[in-house]
Amino acid sequence: MLKVHRMDLHIHTCLSPCGDNSMVPPAIIERALSAGLQGMAICDHNSAANVRAVREAGVEAGVEVIAGMEVTSAEEIHLLALFDAYFQVDTFADLVAAHLSGVNDPDLFGDQIVVDRHGDPVALEEALLIGAVDLEIGRIVEEIHRLNGLAIASHVDKQAFSLLSQLGFIPADLGLDGVELSRHAGRQEQYPLLGLPVVRCSDAHFPEEIGKADTAFVVEEATVAEIGLALAQKRGRRVA
Amino acid sequence: MRLKEVAKKLELEVRSGAGRLEAEVRGGYASDLMSDVIANAEEGCLWVTLQTHVNIVAVAAMKELAGIILVNGREPQEETVAKGDEKNVPILVSRLPAFELIGRLHRLGIPGQGADAEGS
Repeated sequence: MLKVHRMDLHIHTCLSPCGDNSMVPPAIIERALSAGLQGMAICDHNSAANVRAVREAGVEAGVEVIAGMEVTSAEEIHLLALFDAYFQVDTFADLVAAHLSGVNDPDLFGDQIVVDRHGDPVALEEALLIGAVDLEIGRIVEEIHRLNGLAIASHVDKQAFSLLSQLGFIPADLGLDGVELSRHAGRQEQYPLLGLPVVRCSDAHFPEEIGKADTAFVVEEATVAEIGLALAQKRGRRVA
Repeated sequence: MRLKEVAKKLELEVRSGAGRLEAEVRGGYASDLMSDVIANAEEGCLWVTLQTHVNIVAVAAMKELAGIILVNGREPQEETVAKGDEKNVPILVSRLPAFELIGRLHRLGIPGQGADAEGS
């Protein structure tokens, strides 16, 4: 049955160097529940190493957690990649890891903590997650689609790390499934979005930011497949 | 040449890291992609860019650059200035566009990084 699902599709964890160290699974899920969200996507910078932990915590609490990543292209454009299955996100994460270089300096960029579902540290990620992969944006969108994922350009209204800040326009042939407006964005008519579907997300780096922006999808369930149908306005699914 | 003299001659205004203006400038590197600076800039270089995001400070500190010059009258964000002072990374601003500023840096005798590479 189709019903409204409020989802925040862009949430960082303590794995992202800029994500606060308090962004651990129990805190994320607790805040998502109090914000009234039915689903969310975990999108850390250039890694998906905390996706499973948050999803496991979400299952216990009844919140759907989508496996995602915020990848940085060679042009330093941030792009959300969303997947339903672990093998999809893992394959994508392997590709990203192979195209990322450098070692993180926690004092300069921040800690990169891999945690379990209780929020206990399991490992420290050493790769320079704040960096960019040496793949251009079009190639990354192709790889996401090859893995049946959704490609959504992050915070296109922002003056840094966005499709509009880096390229100045949205290439019509990029094949994006949608664009994200940040919680600070104005009306969508202000931006040259080529009629692409728009989602609003919090881009939360702190627990209290979760759900500060969300998107209401009319779908059967909070999955990437259903969100894809909603963005394409197919089979009755839609963005409310 | 010391950063302080460069700043004076090119009328640059200091926005952060004022305590590190005695540093010697060994060369220059221009790029607006932080990943490119991480990969290619050399220690002691002055970095010319239009990026004002807070991460420019961490990149400059990581690469031990002499400082950052923002072009075209761009101003660093508040957070960027605070981080620049915290990490003691000089951020200077110029009203000039990048091409003109870099030309003037060259005339002061500051070589572009890689100037001794083949073909130059």
